[in-house]
Amino acid sequence: MNIIVCVKQVLDPEIPPAKFKIDPATKKVIPPPGVPPVISVFDERAVEAACRLKDKQGGKITVISLGAAQAAEVVKHTIAMGTDEGFVLQDEAFEDLDSFGIAYVLGKAIEKIGAYDLVLCGRQSADWGNGQVGSILAEIMGIPVVTLACDIEAADKKLKVKRIVKDGYEVLEAPMPSLITASSELGLPRLPAGMRIMIAARTQVPVWKAADIGAQGPELDKAKAHTEVTGLSVPSRKTECEMISGDSPGQAAENLAAKLAKLL
Amino acid sequence: MDNKGVLVCGEIVEGKLAPITIELLGVGRKLADELGEDLSALLMGGKAGGLGQEAIAYGADKVYIAEDSLLDSYNSDAYTQMAADLCQKELPSIVLLGHTDIGCDLAPRLNGRLGGGLAMDCLELSLDSAKMLVSTRPVFGGNAHATMVSKTARPQMATLRPKTVPPAKRDDSRKGEVIPVEGKLDPAALKVKVVERIKEEVEGVKLEDAEVVVSGGRGIGSAQSFEMLRELASVLGGAVGATRPACDEGWAPMTLQIGQTGKVVSPKLYIAVGLSGAIQHIGGCLGSKYIVAINNDKEANIFNVAHFGIVADYKEVLPALTAKFKELLSA
Repeated sequence: MNIIVCVKQVLDPEIPPAKFKIDPATKKVIPPPGVPPVISVFDERAVEAACRLKDKQGGKITVISLGAAQAAEVVKHTIAMGTDEGFVLQDEAFEDLDSFGIAYVLGKAIEKIGAYDLVLCGRQSADWGNGQVGSILAEIMGIPVVTLACDIEAADKKLKVKRIVKDGYEVLEAPMPSLITASSELGLPRLPAGMRIMIAARTQVPVWKAADIGAQGPELDKAKAHTEVTGLSVPSRKTECEMISGDSPGQAAENLAAKLAKLL
Repeated sequence: MDNKGVLVCGEIVEGKLAPITIELLGVGRKLADELGEDLSALLMGGKAGGLGQEAIAYGADKVYIAEDSLLDSYNSDAYTQMAADLCQKELPSIVLLGHTDIGCDLAPRLNGRLGGGLAMDCLELSLDSAKMLVSTRPVFGGNAHATMVSKTARPQMATLRPKTVPPAKRDDSRKGEVIPVEGKLDPAALKVKVVERIKEEVEGVKLEDAEVVVSGGRGIGSAQSFEMLRELASVLGGAVGATRPACDEGWAPMTLQIGQTGKVVSPKLYIAVGLSGAIQHIGGCLGSKYIVAINNDKEANIFNVAHFGIVADYKEVLPALTAKFKELLSA
């Protein structure tokens, strides 16, 4: 089974809010110094789903990451988890792409990779969270899509997908190839261990430029002109935290309960 | 530009218009009035026909009814095909959906097929001076807000987060047109088969619906200690939540994870226990009316967003808090 997983490198969402800074002029987030970016959590779930399928069926997992040259780090992380090879898609022309633009470039890279039975993405990114790249990519490639998967099985050239809905889940059957987006309910991703870490460390991650995958010119310009970010701001939050005290923590708790009971 | 008018893709829940659809009709009406164009709605499914007049009462000028039996419950392929066909025929300028499990699936696919510009999970929708749709949406887990505009791509699309705007006012004297959608779905075009739907029974209150959420983080220390949070939540008729690290430790199930990468909740009261307040977690609870922080580290970030705080070991606070609430609420 040939699986392609699309992953994104993002600002670590576990940083404290004091370290979260934006530049309203460029409409960008200023990465805090000394905090390395990480693989987007939903994409890590997608990699986990791919590895589980490979554990059962065998096959090959190829990872692509569109972003800066440093995105090689997240590709290596996935190799340490159990994927086979990966590529970084990096080009000046790929900067500030919107969801359509990203889907277009990923689609071009997938074309270059060739045969696949399944494409996996995270349900949304942990930074901008546009939540649409996977679905647009599937529409561009003309393959079926199942979103918000929490479990995937493959048998008889078919994919059985458990999908999260509001009050439970549904079980769907999709043909191969299809695109599936992974949700966090899929469960914890495996920790890289032993030999895999060594293999990942030795891996050179090739960088594909726009010309390498034929994602350029008027076609790229058209693909990325769907939406534009016109403003970025940090909402003002004027909360004054009232500290509740008492002779003991228990007393403070009683004072707090009395206060809250009046507000509710 | 040939595209004109605002289209709301409605949702039907238990034979009625979903609350989010009534909210969208309110927003859509305002946008349509400002544009001087029509507001239409698309209702799909076997029960749609009976709801046409209701959608008109809530503000629609035209209601398209697609009653194909393949649309009776949500099917991604069927809904996408039906909605895309209608949009390609009617060429709306703006298409609005709810940010629900249906909207989250349908909107991006529809956008992929139509080649429009989509903003998901919007908190506010308005028009700029050029009468283009401006969508305000949380990014980075709600720690920042971005505004997005689609300058040339049409339709301009958005999903609206439920309960961010008041529902439209019902006016049964409003007049409008109910239009059955011609053309049937091609069953062969439905590539993904729904095998079964499982409704999960939840013990107590559902996290997303709870008025009170008691949430624990790494500071809780063990799965057993989460029991103290459950007791407090049950006295308050609320639900228990957890941070990503607490879920990763296995102290609470993944389904209870609150944050940018988990569930987003907006209860009346959010009690954050033994959690520091990473941006990703805070993103999931910022909409709460009151945030209470209980943490033994007075420098913890959670105090920066909390309305009330106690600096102490939670193990000494929670039993007294639970007992006092029990006393106050039974009085």
